[in-house]
Amino acid sequence: MWRFLARTLWQRLLLLVLISIISHTVIHLAPGEPTEVDPLNPMMKAEDIARIRQAFHLDDPIYVQYLDWMRDLLTGNLKSFQNGLPVLPQIWDRFLNSLPLFVCTTLIVWTLSFPTGIHAAVKRGSRYDRGTTFIAYALISVPGFFLSYLMILGMVQVFHMPVLGLRTFGSQGASATVRAMDRVWHLAIPSIMAALTGIAVLSRYVRSQMLEVLEQDYVRTARAKGLDEGAVVYGHALRNALLPFVTMFGFLVPGLISGSVIFEQIFAWPGLGLLGYDAIIARDFPMILTLNFIAAVLTLTGIFISDILYALVDPRIRVQ
Amino acid sequence: MTADTGPVLVPAAEQLGAAETPLQQVWRAFRKDRLAMAGLYLLIALLVLALVGKLITEWWVLFDPTTVRLPDKLLPPLSRASSALPAEQVPPFGRYWFGTDELGRNVFARMLQGSFVSLSVGIVAVSISLSVGIVIGGVAGFYGERKLLLVGIDTILMRFTDVVLCFPTFFLILTVVALLPPSIYNIMAVIGLTSWMSTARFVRAEFLSLRERDFVVAAHALGLPEWRIIFRHLVPNAMAPVLVTATIDVAYAILTESALSFLGFGVRPPFATWGNILADGRNYIFDAPWLFAIPGTAILLVVLAFNLVGEGLRDAMNPRLRKRSR
Repeated sequence: MWRFLARTLWQRLLLLVLISIISHTVIHLAPGEPTEVDPLNPMMKAEDIARIRQAFHLDDPIYVQYLDWMRDLLTGNLKSFQNGLPVLPQIWDRFLNSLPLFVCTTLIVWTLSFPTGIHAAVKRGSRYDRGTTFIAYALISVPGFFLSYLMILGMVQVFHMPVLGLRTFGSQGASATVRAMDRVWHLAIPSIMAALTGIAVLSRYVRSQMLEVLEQDYVRTARAKGLDEGAVVYGHALRNALLPFVTMFGFLVPGLISGSVIFEQIFAWPGLGLLGYDAIIARDFPMILTLNFIAAVLTLTGIFISDILYALVDPRIRVQ
Repeated sequence: MTADTGPVLVPAAEQLGAAETPLQQVWRAFRKDRLAMAGLYLLIALLVLALVGKLITEWWVLFDPTTVRLPDKLLPPLSRASSALPAEQVPPFGRYWFGTDELGRNVFARMLQGSFVSLSVGIVAVSISLSVGIVIGGVAGFYGERKLLLVGIDTILMRFTDVVLCFPTFFLILTVVALLPPSIYNIMAVIGLTSWMSTARFVRAEFLSLRERDFVVAAHALGLPEWRIIFRHLVPNAMAPVLVTATIDVAYAILTESALSFLGFGVRPPFATWGNILADGRNYIFDAPWLFAIPGTAILLVVLAFNLVGEGLRDAMNPRLRKRSR
């Protein structure tokens, strides 16, 4: 087991270095530089551009820039091009904003899609199954931002409730209960909207996985023994169908950054996605690169955790 | 695979009256799936519409999507054109079927033009990702054991695939599209180059198992050149899972393009795509909700059609499910 852990950890670290090199190269070789954000500004003279380029070390060879970036990142001295403030504390602040949204979305997705999917699989071909299948397809196909706008429209016009941002503007003076309720309300709508696609995809996956398992011989044996249907479905089938979902945990974590860009943009939620969006607009290379790097670290950590879980759940993996 | 077996086997099969080619089996299973068939009809209708729309908007002045008619701005769907317009600007039949936008442009004409752009973004992006995926997966699967500088080709290519899989895809697309000069071809290329990973993995897995099969060994023994074995015998047999993911990927690419347009990085005006009609429409969401609802519904329909066809194909090609449904 320990050798397995050490080997996967070593491979992941190597991958991480490769990823950082590739993302650094892609971003620096692509046309468009921080100096070209505002090309029509008449105040920007050639010498100003040269000064800016020198200040940001954009004239150095690319490997020197890479090493500088890595050194600054690891020592925590990395400064954003945009405002000259250290990058990591800014990311941490935004992370704390993104976290509740992410946790809420994930909880909604995983608690709703399992019952839906299991029920659809057990009642295969019924009206319920066909109905949820169609709804799932529709939810996968609808652009998230389109539905979110309709939701905002409805909420504002019908219920006259503010939905944008972290809290209602001017609610600072209210009592603690009101403020807490306000936070929850502002959290609820974006997380439901962000969860919809996830529910659709995951419940379809649960359904197909359950269908696969329900066909197996051991399920038939369990039924033949005269077990009641609940024990068969939840005790025998579901436990075996759960195995592939262990790996899905790994792909959940990076959604923290990249999955949220659109919803944070729509709901004016000051999280990591919006931070990345602003950094991209301003061509703030250190911020973009660091967010990319952190996303890769999160992905690899997620995959690492799911590898360990898989090895714990399925002994065959460890033997290889 | 059809070209090889078609002329020889099909008459024989008809004489026997029982045997079916694999393609016919898939089609028979597919036809039974009502949702998938609905998706297929919708898809064919949309493809025809996109082609006709391209021709009409290019050649017919009345359908010019860029004509600005300021007296007629923000008219609701089916409203009549005002009499103040010069004759060559009056829309066909004197009505705006889908209304007009904030510059008085005919939304119906813009949607027609956009349908071609949106569909071609999806299809070209997926063609790029398919080509890259098939080449990388095929080389890794077929030549994987050869060595390049002490490391197996398979190891190199699959590690590279892992690396690309670790990038936060949408964030990467956003970054690259924001940095590159805005153009529809860049968007196609970026979406295509960031979504080939699953194809490569599928093709590699299929190649690895096909490589050992008897018919490939026989082809080797006959002395066929390698390119012929690869393109004539391996690729067609490995296509089934790839085709399913490709269909669903088109839907995903169209959604990505509309999301990019929505964030302001998409195809630039005066080109209309459904994504940027939608993005423009949100500014008038209270005054002119049709500017928002029409492209949104169109995206929903086309993505739904691709998803339904893809899932139907997956079910039809899965022999175990097929047997059960009969």
